[in-house]
Amino acid sequence: MSKPSKASNEPFWWALFGAGGVVSAMFLPVLVVLFGLAIPLGWVEAPDYQSMHALLSSPVTRFLLFGIISLCLFHWAHRFRFTLYDGLQLKHLESLIVVMTYGSAIVGAIIAGITMWTF
Amino acid sequence: MPARLKYTAHRPRRYVKGMPIFWWVRKWNYSRFILRELSSVAVAAYAVVLILLVRAVAAGPAEYHEFMEVFQSPGSIGLNIVALAFVLFHAVTWFNLAPKAMVIRVGKTVVPPLVIAGMNYAAWFSVSAVIAWILMGP
Repeated sequence: MSKPSKASNEPFWWALFGAGGVVSAMFLPVLVVLFGLAIPLGWVEAPDYQSMHALLSSPVTRFLLFGIISLCLFHWAHRFRFTLYDGLQLKHLESLIVVMTYGSAIVGAIIAGITMWTF
Repeated sequence: MPARLKYTAHRPRRYVKGMPIFWWVRKWNYSRFILRELSSVAVAAYAVVLILLVRAVAAGPAEYHEFMEVFQSPGSIGLNIVALAFVLFHAVTWFNLAPKAMVIRVGKTVVPPLVIAGMNYAAWFSVSAVIAWILMGP
């Protein structure tokens, strides 16, 4: 058996998970209600293109969105990793799962960054 | 014990009592734990939706309207109802746990857990109201 290493990067991923947990709890429910249900079902009017474009033209909006999106992705990566371990008992696939979950989150964050940068 | 089973660090030789894969189905407490963990899938899905929304607006008015029309399909409404249930479950369980995760002291007195949970809920409602106001206009 190999000795457990003293330094661990676990607190780093946990911090991202925690920040993503707060951000997703604060921002996502209202966005799901508006874009997923209220607007398509006609309860409220969709924001017109001009105002959406104006809103996203502000670097502040895009910076905040980048933060929200990446933290949500890292939150998912951390939770989903442990769902696979505990729920499906896949502890023996640890390295593969770690690479797949955090890897997808990193790729997603990069895509979000490019999307906001090139808007 | 089937011969093909390999012993590893996670499946030690001495301890062979198996755990069924769906151990979390039988008790509501366990299912709730797995459902809470699965709420993260809805969180990630909406992160992707937000990226696609920004890309649609960047592409132009036609692409934006096309993107918004996708939400009107019955499939999308169904998925969004499920997504809403999951993100609400995540938000409520998260804010209810907040007092346990952060214990705040003012001087020597500990701020009561209900106050901390209350502050989280107040922040949640304010943030939601501000976002609705920004998107829907005054």
